[in-house]
Amino acid sequence: MHAIVRDCIDAGALAAAMRSDACGAAIAFAGAVRDRSGDGRTVTGLTYEAYEPLALSEFDRIAREAVERFGPCEIAIHHRVGELRVGETAVAVAVAAPHRAVAFDACRYCIDELKARAPIWKKEHYGDGASRWIENDCAEPDRP
Amino acid sequence: MKVKVLAFARLRELLGGDRFELDVRDGATAEDAWAHLAERCAGLLPLAGSTRIARNGRLLSDRAEPLSEGDELAFLPPVGGG
Repeated sequence: MHAIVRDCIDAGALAAAMRSDACGAAIAFAGAVRDRSGDGRTVTGLTYEAYEPLALSEFDRIAREAVERFGPCEIAIHHRVGELRVGETAVAVAVAAPHRAVAFDACRYCIDELKARAPIWKKEHYGDGASRWIENDCAEPDRP
Repeated sequence: MKVKVLAFARLRELLGGDRFELDVRDGATAEDAWAHLAERCAGLLPLAGSTRIARNGRLLSDRAEPLSEGDELAFLPPVGGG
């Protein structure tokens, strides 16, 4: 199921746990902390925070939408909060489906919608000691 | 009446804390609660248009609906997850 977690995320293990005999496809997207910001600054780490009850209900809503759009599949969305170092996994979307097309489509939909909608925030920390809150380009305040 | 306020990310930093109790008049709305906070912290004003509000865990589409005693309002700046 979906979760906001404080420890390391193993996206591969999440996908493996999703599989069942009815599912020929199991995939995982893992979003990790990069060492560069969008404008080329050296990033040393990120801090994430979430409004957990709403984030979890949003994960659930997004996953249901993916099933409606693309077909039956099992979806798990995990997002980490707290301090993360470069290279650590911040978010994982794992999908198991009878066939690969549904799995890929649903996974893409879930990560895109999560970035636009889920009440989760990230602060970038830079090599020079500065930091700033980063808004996703796709985030639309008036989007339902 | 009293309502609870949760603030996140840059709003939390501007307000100097993540949880508050606000004393508002009976019949006050989420918009009124925001105005209370903005009085306390002028730095909030530029964020008015981009801040979403959740009431008791649900995003508000109508900020003009009257609140109830003990409601929890969460003020949500533009998101950056993933």
